[in-house]
Amino acid sequence: MYQYDEYDQKIVEERARQFRGQVQRRVDGEVTENEFKPLRLQNGLYMQLHAYMLRVAIPYGVLSSKQIRMLAHIARRYDRGYGHITTRQNIQYNWPSLEDVPSILDDLASVQMHAIQTSGNCIRNITSDPFAGVAPDELEDPRPYCELLRQWSTFHPEFAFLPRKFKIAVTGTPGHDRAAIRFHDIGVRIVENADGAPGRDGAKTRRGFEVWVGGGMGRTPFIGVVVRPFVEYEDLLAYLESILRVYNLHGRRDNKFKARIKILVSELGAEAFTRLVEEDFERSRNPDLKLERTELERVAVGFAPPPYEPVAIARGDGKTLAERSANDEAFARWLKTNVLSHKIDGYRIVVLSLKKQGIPPGDVSDTQLDRMADLADRYSFGEVRTMHTQNMVLPDVREAHLSEIYDELVALDMATPNFRLLTDIIACPGLDYCALANARSIPLSLELSRRFEDLDYQEDIGPCSIKISGCINACGHHHVGNIGILGINKNGEEVYQLMLGGHDSDSASLGRILGPALPENQVADAVEKVLAHYLKFRTDSEETFLDCYRRLGPEPFKQAAYGA
Amino acid sequence: MKVVVKDKRVVEDAWHVVKDDEAAGAHTIVSLARWNDHREELLAGGTPIGMVLRSNESPDDVRDRDRLALIAVDFPAFTDGRGYSTARMLRSRLHYKGEIRAIGDVMRDEMFLMSRCGIDSFAVKPGKDIDKALSAFDDFSVTYQAAADDERPLFRRVHR
Repeated sequence: MYQYDEYDQKIVEERARQFRGQVQRRVDGEVTENEFKPLRLQNGLYMQLHAYMLRVAIPYGVLSSKQIRMLAHIARRYDRGYGHITTRQNIQYNWPSLEDVPSILDDLASVQMHAIQTSGNCIRNITSDPFAGVAPDELEDPRPYCELLRQWSTFHPEFAFLPRKFKIAVTGTPGHDRAAIRFHDIGVRIVENADGAPGRDGAKTRRGFEVWVGGGMGRTPFIGVVVRPFVEYEDLLAYLESILRVYNLHGRRDNKFKARIKILVSELGAEAFTRLVEEDFERSRNPDLKLERTELERVAVGFAPPPYEPVAIARGDGKTLAERSANDEAFARWLKTNVLSHKIDGYRIVVLSLKKQGIPPGDVSDTQLDRMADLADRYSFGEVRTMHTQNMVLPDVREAHLSEIYDELVALDMATPNFRLLTDIIACPGLDYCALANARSIPLSLELSRRFEDLDYQEDIGPCSIKISGCINACGHHHVGNIGILGINKNGEEVYQLMLGGHDSDSASLGRILGPALPENQVADAVEKVLAHYLKFRTDSEETFLDCYRRLGPEPFKQAAYGA
Repeated sequence: MKVVVKDKRVVEDAWHVVKDDEAAGAHTIVSLARWNDHREELLAGGTPIGMVLRSNESPDDVRDRDRLALIAVDFPAFTDGRGYSTARMLRSRLHYKGEIRAIGDVMRDEMFLMSRCGIDSFAVKPGKDIDKALSAFDDFSVTYQAAADDERPLFRRVHR
């Protein structure tokens, strides 16, 4: 992964020092709470129901074992022994005290980490495909571009006080978007221009970026639009800068709930918006902003493939795997759901499930983090990834090691074989933790994971995403769940709206509300009835829940859920 | 006389904003509309004239920009970040050479960012310690991206 040089290191250290000064001036009363608030938000420090919450950045979801050990240490030393993986690949701590935060930032800086711009009306964490660099269907590793964008956006002086938060995601697999780019303020897709015009070094095809704008969830969900189908690779920074400038100048500042770029794009219309961006881009023809090859190469070095073993060694004799799969049902199941194919022969991608029944989705303890670091060192070249679906990943595991790693993961409660299945639930922290929430989401997620815990049943259902949000801010991404659930407060009662048919990847769609909101104790039944209908009417076991819903439409499912 | 930060020092100067119906003379800062409509008249006095750009006004709409000794960029609330783009466009895109002053809700913690956007003087708001505000310029010794103070990204300024 990318290694900080002296410049990167200086920036995070100076930032930690700057924040220490700001905290001091706040404590001394030189700065009011209102003046302090955007400053602390830009350091990821929220005030929540019970305590401050600190959101630590995990740029594009990549972590080294050293960094994971530090995250474990922070959980132990300054918090209550656990952290929470978020839907933007970050980690958050729910219980630090204000006085401790400058020390936490110092600790983070010592391992090349920070909490910069993880909150506030600025450019947030650049997120990406959790399988970047190892997915077999990838066109080009997006992470070097993510790192370049991270640097470009860090303390960008022109865009520190945007109308609202700004989220960017990058995918390097044009055929399968695992970064949900259509639901970001800016989504970038690496593409190949095969129009025959000569590319770099005389290549027949040119690599560039398809740039999407205006996607998002929240109160008014939107699927993004393509603002330019092909941006030359060297224009990436300049082009994005023009989008940000148009947003900074024209985004609404009169109404917090209409201030995202998706509203601007919608109100102006995609065409008019695009024209403003293109005009600004044309006018700011600064050759110095062009991405330089040497800089891209410098950054890309950090993401060079690790020293993979040849397939004979990576695969081993294959006997253990075959034998165990035949005789150990639990192992076979885990192999089928949580272990994915890898670009290099003999290797696999292993998903570490943080969705064990009885635990809030995405929570991870200090012990789990420490042991994960050991596993990473032993089995995955010292690297781990976070997923926006709130699981984690060991990206480079030899097939020969799968059996022993499974046993380790079972001992750590990270082997629940439910990746992409029903109980791989995404839920926001909800009313139990969040000052913005209207309803609790965690108890419902626990109930659903109990109700559907039968693994045979889950496998039979196949891939089906349940996503739960405790308010219309949609941090649980309920709009793009195959089954989305929104908690609302109706006359003092927590009730839940069910929606079906959401999808956050290439054939993106927003979920549709199925019927009247339900009290908490009726949700699991309704979901079960919906699933029963699917099982009964799918064309065959290959047709996914989503495809079946798209084919049949909402009516029959509504009947099933609400009917007699 | 007002106390401001200019060229990283605390100084006194005479610049002040006047309303459209007030007399305009030396070191007065007038509105965009007034400047555009009456600039010959304003300049006839032979004294330096300034103009303020409110956060919903564009530097592209300023006529005869270079005849202004000073352009003030207003920050009605420090969270209104339009002034940063305005200042940068004035400095880098339009090559304005005069003084760009931040007025309004101006405080120490935003001054480093403002200076990177081409702002060279700061009317720090009342109630804030203007001498302590000077430490703002030391917030960071390294910056990543191009901005008005240097339109080269870090990777073009140093060898990495």
